[in-house]
Amino acid sequence: MKKLLKGGRVVDPANGIDGVHDVLIDGDRIAACGRDLPVDGAAVVEIPAGLVVCPGFIDMHVHLREPGQEHKETVATGTASAVAGGFTAVACMPNTTPVNDNANVTAYILTKATEANLARVYPIGAVSRGSRGELLADIAELRQAGCVAITDDGHPVATALLLRRAMEYAGMFGMPVIEHCEDSSLKGDAVAHEGYQAATLGLRGMPGACEALGAERGILLSELTGAHFHVAHMSARASLRAVRKGKEHGVRVTCEVAPHHFTLTDEALASPVPYDTNTKMNPPLREAADRDAMLAGIADGTVDAVATDHAPHHYDEKNVEFDRAPFGIVGLESAVPLSLDRLVHAGLIRLPRLVELLSVNPARILRVAGGTLSPGAPADLTILAPDLTVRVDAAAMRSRSKNTPFGGWELRGGVAATIVGGRTLFVNAAVDGLKGL
Amino acid sequence: MSALAHEQTPVDAAPAVTALRRKDLLGIADLTTEEIALILDTAEAMKEVGERPIKKVPALRGKTVVNLFFEPSTRTRTSFEIAEKRLSADTLNIAVASSSVVKGETLADTALNLEAMHPDMIVLRHSSSGACHLLSRICRSAIINAGDGMHEHPTQALLDAFTIREHKKRLAGLKVAIVGDLLHSRVLRSNIHLLNKMGSDVWVCAPPTLVPADIGRFGVRATSHVDEAVADADVIMLLRIQLERMEGAFFPSLREYFHVFGMTEARLGRARPDVVIMHPGPMNRGVEIASEVADGPYSVILEQVANGVAVRMAVLYLLGGGGVDHEEAA
Repeated sequence: MKKLLKGGRVVDPANGIDGVHDVLIDGDRIAACGRDLPVDGAAVVEIPAGLVVCPGFIDMHVHLREPGQEHKETVATGTASAVAGGFTAVACMPNTTPVNDNANVTAYILTKATEANLARVYPIGAVSRGSRGELLADIAELRQAGCVAITDDGHPVATALLLRRAMEYAGMFGMPVIEHCEDSSLKGDAVAHEGYQAATLGLRGMPGACEALGAERGILLSELTGAHFHVAHMSARASLRAVRKGKEHGVRVTCEVAPHHFTLTDEALASPVPYDTNTKMNPPLREAADRDAMLAGIADGTVDAVATDHAPHHYDEKNVEFDRAPFGIVGLESAVPLSLDRLVHAGLIRLPRLVELLSVNPARILRVAGGTLSPGAPADLTILAPDLTVRVDAAAMRSRSKNTPFGGWELRGGVAATIVGGRTLFVNAAVDGLKGL
Repeated sequence: MSALAHEQTPVDAAPAVTALRRKDLLGIADLTTEEIALILDTAEAMKEVGERPIKKVPALRGKTVVNLFFEPSTRTRTSFEIAEKRLSADTLNIAVASSSVVKGETLADTALNLEAMHPDMIVLRHSSSGACHLLSRICRSAIINAGDGMHEHPTQALLDAFTIREHKKRLAGLKVAIVGDLLHSRVLRSNIHLLNKMGSDVWVCAPPTLVPADIGRFGVRATSHVDEAVADADVIMLLRIQLERMEGAFFPSLREYFHVFGMTEARLGRARPDVVIMHPGPMNRGVEIASEVADGPYSVILEQVANGVAVRMAVLYLLGGGGVDHEEAA
């Protein structure tokens, strides 16, 4: 079964393509990408003018909550949220219940992903057993079961020694170590960014240095071990400086930034809704200088990926006092509109760079298929409607949880359709002309 | 005619605004200078009520006020309760130990259950900053913040201002030095908002470990030299040092704290001759304040306590429908 997507703007940075091309899909693979491809018996879908065909977006930082926290999210609802948000694949964090620190949990997640049959799921295993920071998890076994990286996300790896050993050991398989960068003693029981907003609101704050210390530690150990170190959900300008310096010195360090960290500042804690627990995440919303540094890092190439840190929490868990609420917000269904609006339409980057951030680089960092429209690559495609006006509607989200601070926001740019393995899994009803997809 | 006027109480020196056009008192940050002046002026009339042989007016007769206290408090809760009773409100005290919170109920559910019984006002004390905002979003009742976490304690700042005004006849232009644990203090935050709005010159002083981030943006002068803070001060306000979690963590010892920051008679010598010494209580004698200062001629600490009742009566009265708007509607 062949399908020919005809006449759309195709952005495929891996092959240096940005122009009107046709994409030929054969079954679950890309067969060809070029100008005026012959129809040759394929079903033809004319791509309406204004839409952009890209290699499928990969969100490399998602909490799917299964097993154990199914009231927040499941693999099925999380991957439904992913395809509705334009993501053809997600990498899921190991802080489930139980922790994904052994092959059984990994296999369980992958079974659920196969049953759901929506976005691809790449499990990420734990660094340490139970993510308790004491003993190494069964990293080789996790690798064999399908894990693509390791992390103790939710927390930093407990000690420098353990992080060093994890890097050395995982380096044997070429797996990156992903780190929630944070100095726990400096964080204490903080719930917000340390700055004017937290100070006036009476919230305990953690400074940017708290994250940067963790980033510096990992970068030094990456230099020591030669292993690939990846900074998760970077938010502080001092962390960016550390990554930039590391890269200049040839250290194998990469980093990701979440849409909320390049969009919001800690002023969101005070208004429009004071103490809105949907503005509480870790790392926290920081001050304008940090937000602006993230934007600058995205523009100058220091930042490798945009990842959501999609962290669903049940309404009841968030409907409490600010300091008692769990950290995190959902992100899968608002990431693409925020990225198009705040990065592309704001004039900071052009579309090919956005595709690098959301597709090419996540695939490269995790060493998974995708990120390209080369012949033989999986037929994973994200079709963008860059000029579509999108209104973020929390209630309409596919995610089981609705904890977003972006409800009601009107943004320019959205997802037109999501194709995974040649199957069209999402078509945006607000976009005309894609019925035949 | 207001219920108070029936009792021939002079609430007449009518200020520019005559009602609080708001549902709640969540913090001083939200108040205008006119609203602050209204509360302070109303408190003067209320103070007179407390000096009568029969200390009761019918202003809040038939109104139900719930004092919902999730933190231990003697002074503030007692003060509110006396204020409510002097206004003839029906009062109900809920303390955390006897509430269903120990059974795992959320604050939102506690509020909804109380709300179902139609109280008119809820006075909330809670250890979490922003707890009053949460309640305010859920409840139709008026919410009065009796201290939320490290955020605000608006009635304390109002009674402090009332006390200063009694002595100095003004707030504008006064140098007010606030010394103590600035970082964890809701009293500090409310006082900064209020004194800045009213035109005072606010100085704050603490070891750098107990200064909130970005203090420069609070519109105050910050120093770690207590002599500089105290110099020519009209008012010195001391903040409590929380003994249990301070020593060894934020400064080496209580002895050293007293040595460097404690308010002694010698230090007072640098202040203006008519300086007044304030403390929101409870005091640690020999830590933030020497006993001879606490009990000395400049101390107005017990006046603060007395004025607390009058100020809280004013707040309850103005939020509870005692304002002009309400009467016109009725």
